[in-house]
Amino acid sequence: MADAQQVSLTIEGRTVSVPAGTSILEAAKVAGVLIPHYCYHPGLPVAGVCRMCLVEVEKAPKLAPACATAAAEGQVVHLYSDPALDARKAVLEFLLLNHPLDCPICDQAGECELQDYVYREGRAQGRSHEPKRFNPAEDFGGDVLYVTNRCILCTRCVRFMQDVANDPVLNVSERGDRAVIGKFEGKDLTHPWAANVIDLCPVGALVSKDFLNKSRAWELDRTPSVCPNCTQGCNTILETRDNVVVRMRPRTNTDVNHYYLCDEGRMDYRWMNRTDRIEAPLVRHGDRLVVSGWDDALRAAALHLNGKRAFVLASPMLSNESLWMLSRLAKRSGGGGGFRVRLGTEAPLAGVPDLVRRAERAANVRAAELFGFARSDTPLAGMKDGDVLIVADHEMAAADASAIAKASAVIVIGTTMPELVTNAIIALPSTNVAEEDGTFTNLRGRVQQYRQARSAPGMSRPVWWSVGDLLTFLGERAGYYLASEAFAALAAQHPEFAGMTYDSLGLKGQALAGAVAGVAGGASA
Amino acid sequence: MKVHEVGGGRPGGDTSHAEHESGTYKPVFVGSAKQELDELLTRYPSKMAALLPALWIVQHERGWVSDDAMAEVAQLLELTPAYVKGVVTFYTMYHQHPVGKYFIQVCTTSPCGACGAERVVDALLKHTRCGELGATSADGRYTVIEVECLGACGFATPVMVNEEFIESVTPERVPQILSQYL
Amino acid sequence: MGFPHASHAKETPVLSQYFGDPAARTVAGWKQRGGYVALEKALGLTPAEIVNVVKDSGLRGRGGAGFPTGLKWSFMKPGDGKPHYLCVNADESEPGTFKDREIMRWTPHALIEGSAIASYAIGAETCYIYIRGEFTEPLAVMNAAVKEAYAAGIVGPNAMGTGKRIDVHVHKGAGAYICGEETALMNSLEGKRGNPRIKPPFPAVAGVFGMPTTINNVETLVAVPHVLNRGAAWYKGMSHSNPKSTGTKLFSVCGNVAKPGNYEIEMGFPFKDFLYDLCGGPTPGRRFKAVVPGGSSVPIQTMEEAEATLMDYEGFVAQGSMLGSGGVIVFDDAQCIVKHIARFARFYAHESCAQCTQCREGTAWCTRILERIERGHGTMEDLDTLLDLSEQMTAKTICVLSDSCAAPIVSGIHKFRSEFEAHITGKRCPMGATAAA
Repeated sequence: MADAQQVSLTIEGRTVSVPAGTSILEAAKVAGVLIPHYCYHPGLPVAGVCRMCLVEVEKAPKLAPACATAAAEGQVVHLYSDPALDARKAVLEFLLLNHPLDCPICDQAGECELQDYVYREGRAQGRSHEPKRFNPAEDFGGDVLYVTNRCILCTRCVRFMQDVANDPVLNVSERGDRAVIGKFEGKDLTHPWAANVIDLCPVGALVSKDFLNKSRAWELDRTPSVCPNCTQGCNTILETRDNVVVRMRPRTNTDVNHYYLCDEGRMDYRWMNRTDRIEAPLVRHGDRLVVSGWDDALRAAALHLNGKRAFVLASPMLSNESLWMLSRLAKRSGGGGGFRVRLGTEAPLAGVPDLVRRAERAANVRAAELFGFARSDTPLAGMKDGDVLIVADHEMAAADASAIAKASAVIVIGTTMPELVTNAIIALPSTNVAEEDGTFTNLRGRVQQYRQARSAPGMSRPVWWSVGDLLTFLGERAGYYLASEAFAALAAQHPEFAGMTYDSLGLKGQALAGAVAGVAGGASA
Repeated sequence: MKVHEVGGGRPGGDTSHAEHESGTYKPVFVGSAKQELDELLTRYPSKMAALLPALWIVQHERGWVSDDAMAEVAQLLELTPAYVKGVVTFYTMYHQHPVGKYFIQVCTTSPCGACGAERVVDALLKHTRCGELGATSADGRYTVIEVECLGACGFATPVMVNEEFIESVTPERVPQILSQYL
Repeated sequence: MGFPHASHAKETPVLSQYFGDPAARTVAGWKQRGGYVALEKALGLTPAEIVNVVKDSGLRGRGGAGFPTGLKWSFMKPGDGKPHYLCVNADESEPGTFKDREIMRWTPHALIEGSAIASYAIGAETCYIYIRGEFTEPLAVMNAAVKEAYAAGIVGPNAMGTGKRIDVHVHKGAGAYICGEETALMNSLEGKRGNPRIKPPFPAVAGVFGMPTTINNVETLVAVPHVLNRGAAWYKGMSHSNPKSTGTKLFSVCGNVAKPGNYEIEMGFPFKDFLYDLCGGPTPGRRFKAVVPGGSSVPIQTMEEAEATLMDYEGFVAQGSMLGSGGVIVFDDAQCIVKHIARFARFYAHESCAQCTQCREGTAWCTRILERIERGHGTMEDLDTLLDLSEQMTAKTICVLSDSCAAPIVSGIHKFRSEFEAHITGKRCPMGATAAA
């Protein structure tokens, strides 16, 4: 090779060039070859213990662990030679030796790497006639249940807690085939990122108590999304069963959250399934809000807004598209807008730079500010007497009550009726993050897409859609059929978003022009 | 013959169950034990390296290594209790439960086995009245266990009573040996 | 000398000359016996000169692998600005082996002297002697000797008055066979579970505390002062069969033999003579049946093989086994081979560190199958399964513990198949070792 930093090798007949120091296992990924493995994980230090990734390297005296062997110039690697196949078959037989084979009641079944590889490369029948070892399951605390008998001792969980979380609360206890993953009595898996061990576990040994027995893996629909619960913008997969969100898991994005998602974020999904929703446009008739059609409700709203200043209380959980559209509504009337952010404790994941559960517990604070909404603990302070108050899925606090009274009228656009708002004249149903396509901008200015995971209840629509139609009723053409069209229009007007489209964002996102060169995905674009 | 179980589940049952010392825990590392540890710490470039020696001090002072003691050691060496427990359970010489006043280890690995170690074990169990391996006699005096190679195969059967190493033990010698440990 | 027996005329007592002589344990006693002359001499040489002498002597590691000692030392690059370490492997745990125990018990200063020379030769200022926790007497003797050596200025910040720092620390193990594996020993020394490490990096690059480290066996190090005192040619001359195997070697002999103990002979000594003359042959009325010549990890030998063996690294390989650690386990005709193979397997199952799948599960599985066969509940298919498992436990894991479990199984089934078959067809142990349950 001309480039001294690159080495070229052949894996299963495919020649690839990789940076010197790359493992054979990672080089194989470049070649499009998956070398089966359990203990190896790209986010963790190499352990080399499961021995599943043994491959035949020509001229080497014995099989080499692909995870722990550096790719070298001219290497010829075989994954499907007889010695390599035999070695994997043997590892699988050893791993099943004391495994309870309880796939029918195991949550991991269907997404279990032990099940998958045994099915693909294992023996049809084991040869063991010996009784199996038995250990009781153990509650590790947090969301984690340890089903000891399923454990293959890959130590991913131990290494995560030790080397990524820097909180070694898990250990390998005992030796030989008595070994188990252990913890210290009274020291639970309470680290704010501990539940990642569930995702890291390649088998059904570490399972989520929250998800326990909820669904079979193959009954789930999986949708790429972004965690809405803080400004970090961790990439996620929303998993739904029968239109109900049942689990939120991390989706790999090494620019933002690597392979991880914090416990609080992942557990905070139930609100996406709330049933006390505004399901149809409502218009006030006397002392009651009465169900109406979209056009009637929008027309009524336009009548109220005509010639009046609009003050928009916009949730920082709304999408870029929705916040932009709301900002247009405020601007055209000469009005304003604001928002409040719920705060919580920060929780960094020590081993990953700039990966923190942020204090701001809403996904789109950066965009809300970008589009002119003022962040404040008393966001209604900027409202003037006689303004039409638009509450866009924003949480209300007791302190807001007196300010609400100053509004000439209150229009609600939201998923549920906000507390303290008793006199809304119109309520427009909107979708939540699970029910729409959209984008968020994280604290480092990374714009990331999320996709619709469940159907929208009743007649609800994304906020950008209803507000766009409202603007049209007010004489400002803003009707879009798709979130991507709304986003394209946004990008055309805001130089920070210049050139971005849903296609260019893809599933990993792009940084705003001029975004701070932060590590959490700010500067990679 | 009963030896340590292979694949017999967790030794000592559920290890998640804490083993505490009775009453209020009194720290081990005060006075001379603390001095000893401080001296040990000068020998190594890391605090962690003093872990095995520190656990030896605990066992010397208390006769076993309780969960409380593991937590104490963890704090002194800037480790977590879970880490310390992982290490303790790796090494067979640390007692995770209280044992008899005289802890008797008999080598039964193959070379000693070929020279009659099993009969030595039987004689020890009989004369200590321990009844079974790993159990402590009713008077709290003895615990007998079988261990793997003690590294004195030419002196079959080697037996350790606490820190004392006794070579060439035969069943016939057992009563006389035990008479020195009352 | 064959402690506890008097030295046999055919022995060449170099390392074992003062076994049984308590007066050799003190600094004064050791100096009277010619001790610490080599260290003084060594500190006047350059490290490279010492390495070359050791290279020329042909001295090879006595822990089991037989790696040339001088070559190993030469991997330690001087002037790299990093602290270097010497680890002394005194975790002697290989069943059948008890030579290092006697070395430390009787001649602790021989080890301190050899360790100090090695430390200087590899540029190490710190040496850790890792002694297994069960060796209470060697530990006490070594601790006392180290203390005395410090007091006498032999080691410490101004070793032998040369201004060179050589610290020697005794570190007590806590019950884990695997800590005799060099990288496991380093982890253990660092306060970790004794898990063997993936290589590379090799210890000379990143060993204990991540620094360049050399690790040597006790017997290897105590030979070094003799090499320096009497010259490489003298040492090299003690070679009867293969020029790659030089010097004297301590063999520990145990099991069913008239005179168990340690014997020191020159490399290439005939094994037949060794067993029947030095060790006094079988106990009265018995005949030898089999020998495991290099600690329990090496293949078992039939008596035909053993009697044709010349005792050096190559000689044992030529007769279907290995020299290993020099632990000779002898079984006579009253012993059940199946039972002992099963017992060996149980040992490895107990000692597996639990890292690698094949070892963690395989050692325990093999044990259960072997014990079932021994109880009379085996099948012929079990033998095929054992051979297949053994193959998958060989050369597949981080260290060689699972290989060590497999070696006696494979050799046992191949060389003593009729005994296994007798258990299976007779549904009981023909030796009466255990009745069928």
